[in-house]
Formats: sequence, structure tokens, C-alpha cells
Amino acid sequence: MSAPYTIIIGLEVHVQLLTESKMFCSCSTKFGAPPNTQTCPVCIGMPGSLPVMNRKAFELALKTAVALNCEIPRFTKWDRKNYYYPDLPKGYQISQFDLPMSHDGWLEIETKPLSPLPVGEGSGVRAANSRVTRPHPNSLPEGEGIVSSSTTKRIGIIRAHLEEDAGKSMHDEVAGKADSRIDLNRAGTPLLEIVSQPDLRSPAEAKTYLTELKLLLNYLGVSDCNMQEGSLRVDANINLHIDTPQGRIATPIVEVKNMNSFRAVERALAFEAERQYRQWQETGHKLGEVPKSTRGWDEGSQTTREQRAKEESSDYRYFPDPDLLPVTITTEEVERVRASLGELPAALRARLEQTYGIAAYDSDVLVNQGRLLVDYYFRVAKTCGDGKTASNWMQQDVLRWLNEHQVDIGQYPVAAETLGELLAKVRGGAFDTSRGRQVLAAMLESRLSLGDAIRQVGIEEVGESAVIELCRQLLQANPKIVAEVRDGKPKGIGALIGQAKKKNPNVNPARVREICLEMIQKGEV
Amino acid sequence: MHLTDHSATDLLALLNSGQVKAVEVCQAYLARIERRDRAVKAFLQVNAAAALARAEQIDRRRREKQPLGPLAGLPVALKDVLCTEGELTTCGSRMLESFRPPYDATVVARLKAADAVLIGKTNMDEFAMGGSNENSAFFPTHNPWDLDRVPGGSSGGSAACVAARMAPLAVGSDTGGSIRCPAGLCGISGMKPTYGRVSRYGLVAFASSLDQIGPFGQTAEDCALLLEVLAGHDPKDSTSIDRPVPKYSQTIRQPLQGLRLGLVREHFGDGLDGDVESSVREAVRVYQSLGATVREVSLPHSNYAVATYYIIAPCEASSNLARYDGVHYGYRSGISPLPLGEGQGVRATRIWTVAANHPHPNPLPKGEETDRADNALVQMYRRSRAEGFGAEVKRRIMLGTYALSAGYYEAYYQKALKVRRLIRQDFDRAFEEVDLIVGPVTPTPAFKLGERIDDPLAMYLFDLYTVGANLTGIPGMSIPCGFSAAGLPIGLHLQAPPFEEERLLRGAYMFQQATDWHTKKPELEEEN
Repeated sequence: MSAPYTIIIGLEVHVQLLTESKMFCSCSTKFGAPPNTQTCPVCIGMPGSLPVMNRKAFELALKTAVALNCEIPRFTKWDRKNYYYPDLPKGYQISQFDLPMSHDGWLEIETKPLSPLPVGEGSGVRAANSRVTRPHPNSLPEGEGIVSSSTTKRIGIIRAHLEEDAGKSMHDEVAGKADSRIDLNRAGTPLLEIVSQPDLRSPAEAKTYLTELKLLLNYLGVSDCNMQEGSLRVDANINLHIDTPQGRIATPIVEVKNMNSFRAVERALAFEAERQYRQWQETGHKLGEVPKSTRGWDEGSQTTREQRAKEESSDYRYFPDPDLLPVTITTEEVERVRASLGELPAALRARLEQTYGIAAYDSDVLVNQGRLLVDYYFRVAKTCGDGKTASNWMQQDVLRWLNEHQVDIGQYPVAAETLGELLAKVRGGAFDTSRGRQVLAAMLESRLSLGDAIRQVGIEEVGESAVIELCRQLLQANPKIVAEVRDGKPKGIGALIGQAKKKNPNVNPARVREICLEMIQKGEV
Repeated sequence: MHLTDHSATDLLALLNSGQVKAVEVCQAYLARIERRDRAVKAFLQVNAAAALARAEQIDRRRREKQPLGPLAGLPVALKDVLCTEGELTTCGSRMLESFRPPYDATVVARLKAADAVLIGKTNMDEFAMGGSNENSAFFPTHNPWDLDRVPGGSSGGSAACVAARMAPLAVGSDTGGSIRCPAGLCGISGMKPTYGRVSRYGLVAFASSLDQIGPFGQTAEDCALLLEVLAGHDPKDSTSIDRPVPKYSQTIRQPLQGLRLGLVREHFGDGLDGDVESSVREAVRVYQSLGATVREVSLPHSNYAVATYYIIAPCEASSNLARYDGVHYGYRSGISPLPLGEGQGVRATRIWTVAANHPHPNPLPKGEETDRADNALVQMYRRSRAEGFGAEVKRRIMLGTYALSAGYYEAYYQKALKVRRLIRQDFDRAFEEVDLIVGPVTPTPAFKLGERIDDPLAMYLFDLYTVGANLTGIPGMSIPCGFSAAGLPIGLHLQAPPFEEERLLRGAYMFQQATDWHTKKPELEEEN
């Protein structure tokens, strides 16, 4: 665990905003249409065409920036980033350079400490930065053994700015043919570029940051964050700080691209860190001694490969776009946006823990599933009257089923209120947890109503007098157990419950235990 | 009197009263073009059949008493920098030689809605860069007053066609004087409105923060008529201003009471031609005779205006013209013309093929081989741009690219923006004291074709008096105010505060009521 270096990672995330139309024209942003069918003179850069800002895109960007705790300047403007590429029809990208719409924010993430901490230190409420807050998931029951813990850490956001996307080049490398084709459907799609500080210290931390960022964007409803469709793209800058006898040195910064999943990000960065260390051992190159290079992650070989070495930083000849007006943002607007954010993941976790009494690990699991699932949980908890029971069933039963069937909570066949009613019955002692699971399974498999499922499982309500009669018979038939219980050894009751279930599967084992104990105590047998 | 000698205002009255038909008017102008344009070369295209069909349709609608637009039946010529749907829009460049936009510029749509008869597209300096029309990739236009001389530029074709009575009205664009200079050199009236007054949507951009579309006519009244149709807010142009358009043609006859004129001290210095100066001073005396008071004003930073302009305009141009890379439309070396642009309403539904990896069909001449870092794509870019653009356009792209480069940006572009603000302050201060600023529009009358073609600096300095209005966004106008000893027209430059087009037009009209320079027309030999 003791690598001879510190990894320094900063991430640039491009997020496609969920707008109906493009950043500067009214073309649709829908994914998957035939090439070049969602284009107009503006987004294909026809001579004479002019951009007009999409207000909605700006609002979504503002929402995200506020949620990322960014400072929102009162004045922001558009700049042109000039470079030639076939899928960039105007020869420049409309972006933001020196006056981005937001800067200097942060996102709080959970980080795993290097060594586990004993129980006790791990529990407690969350307060400020970098501090022990929550127990880590563990198969051991709570209160037993050692659990590792996490801390929270603020990852700085340098800036988040708006820009338009380029088109897509498709290279046809069939033998004898080498055409490149260009699809401009994506050209002009609104993108929010979120640039983090180099605050991330491990590939795992980078992944955690991305997961938390994605979750936040999901909760805000500003992006669908679909990496396959390119609505979330990640580039990483990484280098190492190495302690040497001559002092701490930094290796050259490498930009890593072409990572198509968070897992790929984690692997690419892990690979890259090791590669940089090896390279440093071989060459001794330090930051500033060689040009910044760009490497692409190759999923097949699980390695990064050099794409190009930049001679110097590219000269994009940024200048203010004279076709667009600067945007002014009032304090009232920012406050209105802040008020409209709704409950974000961090606050939601806190509420789940404080109001519903569930453990930090459990709130994390639920919140990470997205707002829809949490809403489902709230309804289950309300109907059944107990947050913990609801949480357990959500995780052990609902999530498992969703995972197995690869669907989201919107497609779960059992309504939250129905599940709540079922759990209320389990809590009320109508039947036990294992029979409750059978009922749920029946509802899921045969799409039965709660009542029908209970009947199918064969549960019939056993009258109180019948239970009492059954208990009396059992106690009379087992005087030895009765004697033991009287002597303060209640273990034998379990055997009685077993016999009771054999005689009548519908009896509630808890009730059997209660009645038996009561009878023994009162000397009724 | 020949039909084409009427002003647009008079012609419109004749059309509206039914004394002439749109078809007759259209035929008269087409005949004039036929007889005169071989010498003047004002037009790049004349759409005779379409214009006649349109005129016939207007006549029919008039017979049927259907409502008609404010320019019904009046021919209008368009500078070839304005996009016309399905029709060639070349910008005077090889680069766009076969380019047919899939849409109409907003002003074109407005003219169509006003029932104007769009008669043709006029010649211009390539991408509106130039002051003589000699930078047209196709041929130079000749000044109708002296065919050996330039008509001015860059809207030289539009100015020349009105001067030669080949169209009653024409539309131009003005980035540094491109309407006012040719209006002055051709002896007609022309106006650059306030930045934002007329939509730029569909105007092929030269320098976005300076470009503005405006009218040409024989008289100020004609300009008012046309401006009324061109002006107005357009949601497709973020820089277009949302404020009502006054009825210029109705208010123009009201004289300006107690008019205060300002003469710019700095505009009467070295380089000003004697004939031009005396005509301008005489024009000022005419205003005084009409009750105006005159005072000298100072624009202390006006000496820096040309330098400032020739940084900002090329910077913006270098970016605006980056799209002409041979990939999507326009000229591509070796494969020109590209398929896109064929026919009408092309909405880019095809997938374009980039021959990025194909070897170029014509190998480069020896000594011009690109280095090995140049892949086929870069070679395609380089050659398309090298072959598609003319020398002046390349010069400005290079100037702009240089001035925006890292390490130079602050010294050039940013400094120029600061000076631009100072120039604006100069004008604001001057307009606290005067209502209109008057002066020469160009330092000399029209010069000879070829005379300055190798002296870009002299050419740039020709914009000395006009670039200020573009840098500051204010409206400016040129009206005829005399002739040189050699018989060449001289223009009077009027400038007003932002959105005071009405004041400009009323001031120009006052002058034209008291003088007859605007009625003079060139004697042109007619071919048969």
C-alpha cells in the first residue's frame, strides 16, 4: 500500500446538457438520428448564419454550477476557440475563455482511509471537511469486530463553463478505401465543461469523484450522463510527486483520453501512474523538461498509448465572439436557481440518517441509486411505518431484483405502497420475514395483488384462540422444556416454535414465543 | 424622361398610381443593364427571367387588388454578400463561386415580403475586403462617371448600378466605409445604419462587430424608402436591436430646425484633395444658408482609427473565414465544386465525404511540397485556401491571425479594443455639441483602376473618414455634393449619434432640396 509516490489527478468532464435544442440554434439534440438530419445553416456554420444563445442551456449550466458551490460572476461572455478540424464546421468552437460562467467551487466526496479504524470512532455525525464520518459496509453485523471508515474530502472545481460540441468524424478504413465521413448532428450540442483542481490522489478517488458528480447531475436533472452516447466524457491530467533524496520532484503531466467508463478511468489512471513511475526511473524526466503529452486508453490492451506530444500549448487565438452578447446574471437569478435545486445527494443522505434512522452505509446505497429510488423508499417507509425495515427490504430485495433484471425502479412491478403494506404486516406479526419474502416473490413472479399473493403462499390468519390452544398443547407435551424455561434457560422455546410451524405453517412464530413464555410465567401449564 | 432616370420614390408613385406597370419598369432596367453593364460590369448575375416573373406576379396582384408590400414592383440589386436561397452567392470569391445557400438572408426575406423585384447580384471586393472593387475574383467594376476609374468598394457593384441607372435601389454592406465610399465616388446616396439596426443574418461575415447592411439610392428619400424595409429587430441576430423602426420616408421632409453641424478638425489635414475640400466647405455653406450653425469639433483619436480598424477587422475576419476549409461547402482544391449547394433548400441531409486520406490529384509544384507533418487533410486545407482566396483576403487573414496569436493579443487586439472605446468617447463628446458631423467621405475622388492595387496601405488610408462610424457603431451617410475639376463626383459624409438615422435622412433631404447634385447622372454610351 505504500507506493513510493503521490498521484496527482485532475479531471475535465464534459457533460451534455438535457436540452431539446442545440446551444445556438433550434435543431434537435436527440441521439441516434441518421447522420446530418439534425442540422441547419447555423450548426453547420453556413456563411452568413448567426448563433443565438439557448436560454435553457444556460439555466441548466447555472443550476449545475450553483450545486457545485461555484462562484457565479455577474457577467460572462462567449469566446471563439479557433482551430481546424473537419468536424468543426465554423473553424472555431464557441466556448468561454477568461470569463467563464462559474468558477471556484467544490464537490464533496467520500474517500476511504488507508487503514481501518475501530468501531466507535466511525460512528457519529458529519461535520466539516476530511473527518471520519461513517462506517464502511461490512458483512459483520453492526457492533461486532472492526469496520473500516471513510472520510469526506472536498475536491475543488476550477471552473465550469458552457460551450458547443463539435460534430463526429467517422473513419472508414476498409482496404483500398479511406474515406472520412462527418456527421454534424452533434455539432452545436450544449456542453458543460467541469474542470477539477488536481485534488484527486488515487484512481479510486477519481472514480469516486466521477460517481458523485454523475449522481449530482442526475439529481439536478441536467444531463442523462450516458457515457455510451457521449453525453458524459472524461479526460484526465495525471502526474506523480516523487520524494527523492534531492527533494520532491514532479513527473511530466500527461493528458489521458478515450476512457469510455468510470472503470476505464480508474484502470487507465492506475496504469498511467505505474507507467510514469517506470518512465521516471528510466529517464529521470521531470515536469517541464519534456512537452506535455496526450495518451489514449486502449481498452483491448489495457494500456495507454501516446497520441501526440504537444510542442507547446496550442494557440487557439481565443477572442470574444462578436456575434453574441455577453450574459449578465443577477444575484436574484442565482438565488432563484439555488432555491430550485431541490434536495441534493449529501442533504438527502443526512435526512435519511437523521429522520429515518438508517445507517450511513444504507443511506449511501439508497441515495446512489438516484432520486426515483429514494422517493420509492420514502413511500415504502411511510406505509410500513419503519425506515429501517424499509431500508433493509429495499437493499436486500428490491435492489437485487432490479439488478437481476437490469431495470430501474420505474419498472419495478410492485408499487411502493403495496410493498409498504406487506412490510407493515411482517412488522405487525401477521407472518414472518421469510413468508413475507415468499409473498413478495409471488407478487413479482405472477404479478399478483398483495391479497392474492398471500393466499397463494397459503397464509391464512390464525385466530388468537387457536394459537393459544396450540401453545397449550405443545407445552403440555414438552414438560422438560417448560422446566428449563422456568430455570431461566429459554433456549428450548425455539424447538416449540418449530413444532408449532409444523402443525400449522400459518402461525406467527413470534406470537407463539410470546404466548408460550407468558403461559410458563403465569404457571398456566 | 427615361423610366430608369426616375428616383425610386417617383417610380414607386408611378407604380402605385398605375401609370406604369412593374413589368415595364423591370424591362426598362433589364434593357439598361443589357446596354450598359458590359462596360460598367456592376453585376455578377442578372436574374432577368425570375425578375420579370416576379414583376408580372406583382402586376397581377395589383390588378386583383390584393395587398402589396411597400416596395411593390421596384427593382432592387443585392450585393453578392447576401445569401439568396438556391441562388449563387459568391462574395466575389472563387471560394464561393458555386455556393448556393439553402436560405435567404433576413434582409432578402424582408425585401421579398415587401414585394421588391430582386433583379440581380452585384460585384464586390472579395469578402467585402477592399475599397475599389478590384479585389473581386471575377472582374473589376468600372466607375460609370469614368470607366477607367474605380467605383469604390467594397459595395462597388451596388453603387455603380444605381449610378448607371441599372437599378433604382441597391443593398450594400459597410464594414469600414464599403457603402459610403462607393456612394461618394459614384455620385449617389448611401447609408450605413447604426450597428444593430439591420439584421446581419445571412450577410456573409467579414468583421462581425463592424458589418452593417444599408441602402443605396439616387436620393436620401430613396434610401429612406429602402431602409424602412431593411431595418428592424431579428431574433436570429443576437446583435440586432429591438426598437421600433421610424417611418423614415414620412418624416424625411421635415427640415431640422436649429441644426448644429460639426466639422472635424482632424479631417481637414494632409492628404485631403483640394476639390474635395472646397466642395465640402461649399456644402457647409449651403447648410448655413438653411439656418444651420457650424462649429469645429475634435476627434482626438481619429488618427488611430485606421490602425485600430485594420487590427480589429482582420482579427474577426481571420476567424470568420476559417470555415472556408474545403470540407463542407465552397471550393475544395482538386474536387471543386463540391456537391453541397446544388439545388434549393439543401439541408445537409447527406454525409459529406472528406478525402482526407486520398492523395491529392495534382501534385504540388517543386519547392512547394508540404513538410511531412502535413497529412492529406492539412494539405487539402492549405491548397483549398491558397487557391480559393485572393491576395487581399489572405493578407487580412494573416494580419488577423498574427494579431490574435499568443503573445501578440494584448499588444494588438486588446489595445485596439481600448482605442476603439476612446474613439467612441470622442464621438460621444462631439455629439454633445453638435447634431450632425459633416466632412468629406473620401480624401480624393475616384482613382484609376490599377493605380493603387500594389499599395495596400494607400488603399487602407482611403477609409480614413469612414471607419470611425464602424468602430463606434454610429450611422453615417454619403450624399453627392459636387464634382472635381475632372468631372468626378464628390461625396459629403454625414454622421449622427446611434439610432439617429431619421436625423441623418432629414439632414440629407434638406441639402438635396437646396442642391441638385443628386440629380446628375453619368453620360454612358449605350451598346445595342
